[in-house]
Amino acid sequence: MSFPWAEQYEPKSPFMKWLDSRLPLPRLVFNAVGPGYPVPRNLNFFYNFGVLAGFALLVQIITGIVLAMHYSAHIDTAFASIEHIMRDVNQGWLIRYLHMNGASFFFIVVYVHIFRGLYYGSYKAPREIVWMLGVVILLLMMATAFMGYVLPWGQMSFWGAQVITSLFSAIPLVGEPIRQWLVGGFAPDNATITRFFSLHYVLPFVILGVVILKVWALHIPGSTNPTGIDVKGPQDTLPFHPYFTAKDFFTLTLYLIAFVAVSFFIPNALGHPDNYIPANPLSTPEHIVPEWYLLPFYAILRAFTVDLLFVPAKLWGVIAMFASILLLLFLPWLDTSRVRSANYRPVYRIFFWLLVVDVLVLGYVGAMPAEEPYVRIGQLATMYYFAHFLIILPIVSAVEKPLPLPNSIAEAVLGKSAAQVAAAPSGGVVAQPAE
Amino acid sequence: MVRLVGMALGLVFCFVLAWAFLVPREATQPDPVKLLHREPKEVSWPHTGPFGKFDRAQLQRGFQVYKEVCSSCHGLYHVHYRDLEKIGFTPAQVKAIAAEYEVPAIDPNTGETITRPALPTDKFYRPFPNEQAARAANNNAYPPDLSLIIKARKNGESYVYSLLTGYGEEPPPGFEVPDGLNYNPYFHSVNIAMAQPLVDGQVEYADGTPATVDQMAKDVVAFLRWAAEPELEVRRRVGLASLLFLSILAVLSYLTYRRVWADVKP
Amino acid sequence: MADAQTAQPDIPRRDFLYIATGAFGAVGTAAALWPFINQMNPAANVRALAKTEVDVSAIEEGMAIKTIWQSKPVFVKRLTAAEIAEAEKVDVATLRDKQTVAERMPVKRGWLVNLGVCTHLGCVPLGAGQGEPKGDYGGFFCPCHGSHYDPLGRIRRGPAPLNLEIPPYTFKSDTVIEIG
Repeated sequence: MSFPWAEQYEPKSPFMKWLDSRLPLPRLVFNAVGPGYPVPRNLNFFYNFGVLAGFALLVQIITGIVLAMHYSAHIDTAFASIEHIMRDVNQGWLIRYLHMNGASFFFIVVYVHIFRGLYYGSYKAPREIVWMLGVVILLLMMATAFMGYVLPWGQMSFWGAQVITSLFSAIPLVGEPIRQWLVGGFAPDNATITRFFSLHYVLPFVILGVVILKVWALHIPGSTNPTGIDVKGPQDTLPFHPYFTAKDFFTLTLYLIAFVAVSFFIPNALGHPDNYIPANPLSTPEHIVPEWYLLPFYAILRAFTVDLLFVPAKLWGVIAMFASILLLLFLPWLDTSRVRSANYRPVYRIFFWLLVVDVLVLGYVGAMPAEEPYVRIGQLATMYYFAHFLIILPIVSAVEKPLPLPNSIAEAVLGKSAAQVAAAPSGGVVAQPAE
Repeated sequence: MVRLVGMALGLVFCFVLAWAFLVPREATQPDPVKLLHREPKEVSWPHTGPFGKFDRAQLQRGFQVYKEVCSSCHGLYHVHYRDLEKIGFTPAQVKAIAAEYEVPAIDPNTGETITRPALPTDKFYRPFPNEQAARAANNNAYPPDLSLIIKARKNGESYVYSLLTGYGEEPPPGFEVPDGLNYNPYFHSVNIAMAQPLVDGQVEYADGTPATVDQMAKDVVAFLRWAAEPELEVRRRVGLASLLFLSILAVLSYLTYRRVWADVKP
Repeated sequence: MADAQTAQPDIPRRDFLYIATGAFGAVGTAAALWPFINQMNPAANVRALAKTEVDVSAIEEGMAIKTIWQSKPVFVKRLTAAEIAEAEKVDVATLRDKQTVAERMPVKRGWLVNLGVCTHLGCVPLGAGQGEPKGDYGGFFCPCHGSHYDPLGRIRRGPAPLNLEIPPYTFKSDTVIEIG
């Protein structure tokens, strides 16, 4: 699609010719994930997480559709209907545990995917829209996951819904009406569970739509690669099929091994025990914590403990929490360095790893009760989070001296083992270097 | 422009956070309850570990403890009598067990509420019709439903075992146990409304197992684990088979990957 | 590395590897599909209701009760001696669905157990409850399209093609019937 040397689709049989002139679906597949899509040859395994995320989304959609056949969205029956699934529906426990842990694995995969993008500068021109669509997907995922967590109507479901919807009441003047509009009442109740179920069912298909847009946008310039330099010629790329389909299939099996191991042997390790207690509006759990994948943002929310500049602490927290995600939309313009890959950016690389540690610390603090020393640690970590993106990144990209870049991807790959340089690939699969 | 706005915003956030960081904290008293509270004891069961299996005899003993001791206050809402067939009772035994309980029903002729003997298809008998009735009968404490208790508590099995065997200690001097509550350092507030439920020899096991508190606690916890996760054994079996299958598939797909890439990797 | 000549002896092995991987993947996918198909089969709570016990001690001669079996209505009816005698007189050969009196009451003479589902289009016929119209033949009457059944549930007039269906049942004791 994107490079002139991409293999062209040619229908072989008369039927495929007939089909190609009417509904060129095979051509689309050929050009999107087939031999017709040239991909930089030096992608490492971190580049497989995008495909894994797509797989995780499909698992969620399929298991979710099936669960909806047995689930009952009513405050009186929701909890019991989950237990009906777990005990009476044929293999219901399997499907529900896959859905439950599938959400966690979806987030693991997406977080690795995001940090890979941050490290290799995947958000930079000409892929800004690919990146921004990714941020939109992340936001939709968070909303979907949150609403899904409410559906069992356990204690954490109820109180999570209470806390998250209360965030909106921090907005001056319109906050409380907005909160009531969201939950359809004065507190989370039957109106909440039915609307959350409806949205939880439909949002994954919206995500799927955005994913399609994102893949489309990605196919215009093609993937980045660990060197961050542009593809210069056919010697730099390999066709997606069979090279990357084989690679993706291998990583998929590894992913499935981890997924199955957790879902079948420690299925509740990533959840919270309190959600096996039916919701009780009269008794709050000791510590309300969101699912693990939202903990860093929860820590940011709670880091603001002081009213300042005429803004109450609660509103600061809400603004900062939304800002922490929305600022990612502006990342392509905050980082002005022309070098993409952190492999050639010694200073940025240090801050990148600091950010990784910082987000892990935020996640840890988010799981802890709001007491010292966790509050102060959380405040420092939140400071670094914002400073990293809003202050450090623009300065570093202006003053940093990048390392010399290789001349081409092929040189970067083949130069490592000079002995092999002579044996340039042949056999019709990859064309000879143009030079 | 983006960078200027961003930097300004970043500085504002950092300023607010730094201020919050520097604000002196009020000195907090260490919570005396926290110092008395203890983590659950380490215990293991035949079904502990990834390859463990339930001991059917133990589950039946545990059911006996539940039935004779716990069930007077604690329900098992999500379990049906028919489920007992899975822990080794015959259909006739299950029918007899169910028939010992009366469940609410509607008289088909008069429409009045009556009770009828429970059937195997019924859910377990509920000791109280609702939370209010349960609280009224229990000095305002609410005996939780036990069908998910093992999953609904952190470290569930060890916790319930420790709680059941954690009675009898004297509270430290100066620590007042409120009226109607009992000291138990494994409970989160160390004062629990439930009085010591198990004493030696409280039930008489048909298989001759000595009914010590420790034994009964272990048995009933095993039964409750089964009640919370009746799928446990089949889950582990399917999981193991899936892992074996996927391991082979991983090796095959790795070899395929290497072979596909054989002619391009330097 | 792999120019065309050196790759040649490799090809059978390569084919085998690809086929094995593909076959394994296909088998795995098929196995993973099964739970998603099987979950639509009746769940354990539904299967547990495959058999129903009915207490019939309160039914006197000439009376019937309605009960539910597998989510379908069932009529349990005790016929009077007069009804049976009347039914014996009917020439079976003239019936649309030719069943004898004994065939209608295979377990115990005098006791009729049949589904309350009209064999025409599945409505519930009247006649089992007190005061309901019993149709022209004194048995059951389906108001949807006017099927008339006799006291033994045999179709006598109207669009229904068959007699009311008799489910499998046994007497567990003198007063308890197990259907299913």
